[in-house]
Amino acid sequence: MTTRILIAGFGGQGVLFAGKFLAYGGLMDGKQVSWLPSYGPEMRGGTANCSVIISDDPVGSPIVSKPDVLMVMNLPSLDKYEAAAVPGAKIFVDSTLIERKVERADVSTYYIPATRMAQESGFPTLANMMMMGKLMRETGLGGNHIEDALKKVVSAKHADLFDVNLKAIRMGYDYQEG
Amino acid sequence: MTVFEKPKSLTDAPLHYCPGCTHGIIHRLVAEAIDELGIEGKCIGVAPVGCAVMAYDYFACDMVEAAHGRAPAVATGLKRAMPENIIFTYQGDGDLASIGMAETVHAATRNENITVIFVNNAIYGMTGGQMAPTSLPGQVTQTSPYGRDVKTVGYPIRVCEMLAALDGPAYIERVAVNNVKHVKAAKKAIKRAFENQVQGKGFSLIEVVSSCPTNWGMTPEKALAWVEEKMIPYYPLGVYKDKDKEVEA
Amino acid sequence: MQEKVLMKGNEAIAEAAILAGCRHYFGYPITPQTEIAAYMAKRMPKIGGTFLQAESEISAINMVYGVAGAGFRVMTSSSSPGVSLKQEGISYIAGADLPALIVNVQRGGPGLGGIQPSQSDYFQATKGGGHGDYHLIVLAPASVQEMADMTVKAFDLADKYRMPVMLLADGTMGQMMEPVALPEVKTAAVEKPWAVTGTQMKRKHNIINSLYLNPEQLERTNFERFERYRKVERDEVLYESYLMDDAEYCVVAFGIAARVSKNAVKAAREAGIKVGMIRPITLWPFPTAALAEAAERVKGFLSVELSMGQMIEDVRLATSCRRPVALCNRTGGMIPTPEEVLEAIKKLSGGCEA
Repeated sequence: MTTRILIAGFGGQGVLFAGKFLAYGGLMDGKQVSWLPSYGPEMRGGTANCSVIISDDPVGSPIVSKPDVLMVMNLPSLDKYEAAAVPGAKIFVDSTLIERKVERADVSTYYIPATRMAQESGFPTLANMMMMGKLMRETGLGGNHIEDALKKVVSAKHADLFDVNLKAIRMGYDYQEG
Repeated sequence: MTVFEKPKSLTDAPLHYCPGCTHGIIHRLVAEAIDELGIEGKCIGVAPVGCAVMAYDYFACDMVEAAHGRAPAVATGLKRAMPENIIFTYQGDGDLASIGMAETVHAATRNENITVIFVNNAIYGMTGGQMAPTSLPGQVTQTSPYGRDVKTVGYPIRVCEMLAALDGPAYIERVAVNNVKHVKAAKKAIKRAFENQVQGKGFSLIEVVSSCPTNWGMTPEKALAWVEEKMIPYYPLGVYKDKDKEVEA
Repeated sequence: MQEKVLMKGNEAIAEAAILAGCRHYFGYPITPQTEIAAYMAKRMPKIGGTFLQAESEISAINMVYGVAGAGFRVMTSSSSPGVSLKQEGISYIAGADLPALIVNVQRGGPGLGGIQPSQSDYFQATKGGGHGDYHLIVLAPASVQEMADMTVKAFDLADKYRMPVMLLADGTMGQMMEPVALPEVKTAAVEKPWAVTGTQMKRKHNIINSLYLNPEQLERTNFERFERYRKVERDEVLYESYLMDDAEYCVVAFGIAARVSKNAVKAAREAGIKVGMIRPITLWPFPTAALAEAAERVKGFLSVELSMGQMIEDVRLATSCRRPVALCNRTGGMIPTPEEVLEAIKKLSGGCEA
């Protein structure tokens, strides 16, 4: 099986970091993985996205143009990628920053007020990890190795950030839409 | 009794330079300096593109022939890989001050611990006498047949003055080889430039004001006089930068 | 086996170069390969190596020429416009028979072009690039693991044949992360009696040079060099053959285009089309014999490229134009989708669905 994930938002929201964390989770599950960022001037303040593929087989094209899983953290990203998702896709939406709903009826949607929750919890920059926690729970991707994968992406230099990241992921993981 | 000996650092290959050309003198001064400092075995020279292109056959130490203007970059690579070796470049005015100006300036500003011998004869010799970046205002060459017109092609570049404005280089001096007194001073400067490298002082460049009788269309004797009367007034001899002195001051 | 880590292709090249014993790197910033320089800038000072940001690509390649002349493993990296600037120096390195690694993480062109991935430097890389009669060995990795492995191989080949080797990647390969097991390098020290390291007054001087004013001598030198190239063509061809056993059609693609094509080949198989793929790993020497052999059996070829169609000429030459060779291409930084390649396969096989 191959799962193609697209993670998109503004530069600075940590979508590339979240994607790398997910890729490590997949790697630790014994899967084949690839991670491909958009690169260039848009990294500095514009839109950013990354393609993550987690597969039982060697990964062919690392580019995700038709995502099985879509995680969006701003409106332009939802506008741009909603139509591209495959039928039956899982779409994760930061509902603090994106006011509209997903229009497609043939996909599963998950609305997480991640940016608000992150702010209220005192780690306003970790909405990305909160979204990722929810994504991992609902897709079953990487969820078995959250702590180990996090150790790989939080450098030793910033070890103090490990606990808050873990907290954000857990919070997203446990979040239930009310 | 031996009255005249060839420096050991020169090979037996006959020089191809034109009669009256001063490259031969400058080669000898470089070789004498290498001999006297006893560094031939760890010396690597970098030859340019220009009249001295075949210098690799004349110096007895290991040699590299570089692309046009790139000798300081090649020397940088050699020195970075082998800091204990002695690396020098031997370049003409077109090579160093035109096509290779960026390499020259940046090697100087990095204070690469190398020795640069810069032969300025105000003309492109090997290609048959075209205008050089150091050709004098009004100088007639194949590509400035009506004389160098500074209004359209700009002014000659004074390399020593320009490089001396940088904080990087350790030692910059201009010498000439048009008479015995100047040759002696040139020898001293060239030796100093190698000594500086041995002592780890950094980038040393010696500009040698030279003559090109063939392409200037003069007898060797007249060419030497032209150096004195025309070249040296535009390119005054002397030390332009000496970090040792700066420390003392 | 070492634990797999996620690395960007660019970083994998840099770390593998260090593992291969390269201690000298010279470069100039350009997207999308700057991670290589950044990685080297961090690592080299800690292991007694040289990282130097040169004043230009031209200077960087000439610094490489100097270090290579002294017999040390050395590399530079750049992206398309920067590699154009290096061509003079690469020609001199080839002309002086020096080993060195040049990495080109390609972007779209011509001119300043763009910064998105491309394969449009294929001609430049495989046909010489600079002036004069010469070749580079050109390696085209298609995964981050291969980026690492090929980097080590590049240094070995360069030393073995005394010639420059180019690693030809693209922006996607440079930027993507995949799991890598860093190669365990077993490189025997290579004797380089020709290197300029100082005579120590014990031998005649060595000269690193590409100037031969005597045409007979230059001709002889070129002939001798091409004898060596014939050995490379005979012994060093690398390619991957995928589902070719019963194939009636053959996709030819390298690097990122091969990754995309693999998806398309799988999909075509599912649709009942007997198609396979030959992925050149060495672009020079080109897997000519493999393609000629395939031409005996298949009905047609499809060259998939991120260019206006450059490798397709080598496919036609290798197959002596005995079978039709179609082109599926995107350019300027665009990448064909597996669906586009699948469509091209269907068109080639005449199996267009109603």
